[in-house]
Amino acid sequence: MPVVLPGEQVPAQHVNLKLGPGLQQVQTSSSSTSRTAPSIIVTRAGTLNHSANGSRWWIESNSRRYVPAPQESIIGVIVQKQGEGFRVDIGSAHSANLDGLAFEGATKRNKPNLKIGSLVYARVSLAHKDMEPELECFDAQTRKAEGFGELKGGFLVKCSLRMCRQLLDPNHFLLPLLGAQFPLEVAVGLNGRVWVNSKEAKHVIAVMRAIEAADPDGDSLDASGITKLLQDLDSKMSL
Amino acid sequence: MRPPSPSIPEKEFLFTALKQSLRLDGRHALEMRPIELSFGPELGWVECALGKTRVLAHVDAKMIKPPPERPFEGLITIHSEISPMASSEYEVGRSSEEEVTITRMLDKVVRRSDTVDKESLCILAGQRVWHLRLTIHCLADSGNLLDCACLAGLVALKHFRRPDVEVIGEEVTVHPPTSRAPLPLSLHHTPYCFTFAFFPDTSIPPVLDPNLLEQRLNGGLISIALNAQRELCVVQKSGGVPLVQEDVLKIVDIAVGKAKEVDDFVESRLKEDWEGRKVEVR
Repeated sequence: MPVVLPGEQVPAQHVNLKLGPGLQQVQTSSSSTSRTAPSIIVTRAGTLNHSANGSRWWIESNSRRYVPAPQESIIGVIVQKQGEGFRVDIGSAHSANLDGLAFEGATKRNKPNLKIGSLVYARVSLAHKDMEPELECFDAQTRKAEGFGELKGGFLVKCSLRMCRQLLDPNHFLLPLLGAQFPLEVAVGLNGRVWVNSKEAKHVIAVMRAIEAADPDGDSLDASGITKLLQDLDSKMSL
Repeated sequence: MRPPSPSIPEKEFLFTALKQSLRLDGRHALEMRPIELSFGPELGWVECALGKTRVLAHVDAKMIKPPPERPFEGLITIHSEISPMASSEYEVGRSSEEEVTITRMLDKVVRRSDTVDKESLCILAGQRVWHLRLTIHCLADSGNLLDCACLAGLVALKHFRRPDVEVIGEEVTVHPPTSRAPLPLSLHHTPYCFTFAFFPDTSIPPVLDPNLLEQRLNGGLISIALNAQRELCVVQKSGGVPLVQEDVLKIVDIAVGKAKEVDDFVESRLKEDWEGRKVEVR
């Protein structure tokens, strides 16, 4: 995994090349008639990764400011109702638009009534550099919610962008470790927000402290460190 | 840009947790975050951290001609600017309500409580006095910026040492630190500021040193500045929650105990730093 800096070229070559975050394709030759292979340029500092067959390439890095990308699931806060939809704060430079009809079972007559300050789990459907991002709370093909929608109760934990990407990794230790201790519900947004719910307030607090402690921006504890932290919390407030 | 107010789930959770006397960072209601003090290479350069809230304070002194109405007194000015570096809710040029509160409280706690003996800053009456400049940089705001800023400012004043001056007739000689040891400022007392947050639901007890979410959702704040000798300097209450007289007195009592703890800690850290600065000359 080599470390790359913005502006570097990446030797990514594949017939069916897919570029992930931090990579951009630029045409090297100015004349469009000459068919030179497009070169791939790094736009973000981080480590370069690719899949086993070399068809998918991406950069792994850490930051705090979220930049929307299509098809990413995020957690937003409703800040304003406007006409047909809502304006949602997703932690990026601009707030996003969420259409009132982009929910499961929503019709012109029957639209969800979200209050200002509610949390929604949504997917970025459009992220263009010159336009405000757009969100949807359903799968556009099946029109089913697929877990998206309003998040009721619980608590919102903020973490670094790398931490929330790690939480989505099925091999990451943290969530299974916490789940073995007490039942909990988690929704991970890729914009550095994690919604946590559990029956008891102290369990939510324990999850929050564990996520903050495991964050690479914070103490970046490993599995044994987190187990110790949980034992500590257990002695303090008897989980 | 002012960030949107906390979401409904965050608000509700904070209140239910506080009702079970649980704080989000695992503290007790009347527990402060641990204080961290780090001193720079220069005297009077202090970085103070309360949890993730961080403030840098710096003192420097220069000689000026005193204003004619107070020829025997030195001057102290406080420069505090809360930049967007601390939190995205602060803007350059336009001061928010919180920023004004912090600036005024700093002025009251550090300057108007008569901490520094201004007459001792006089070098030559009507001709030369010391002008102390306390600069406060807020590096990160994670709640309770005021207490952190006051503490940083005072520790910086305690840490600072001015060059020794010799006056013979009208002649003023300033001795550089290399030839004569610089002198500490003469301070009358050291007030510390403590902020308590109250919540609209009166069944929730007040909490000391509110974190960011608690500060955003409070129903009222009371800031108390006092020194370890139980002398009250400033009491400031903001927010609409009414308080019973006994509650205020109880809070003052708690603050007295905390002031002693903080004072001991600050003194021991300053002593430690001063020991580390000694250089043996042969």
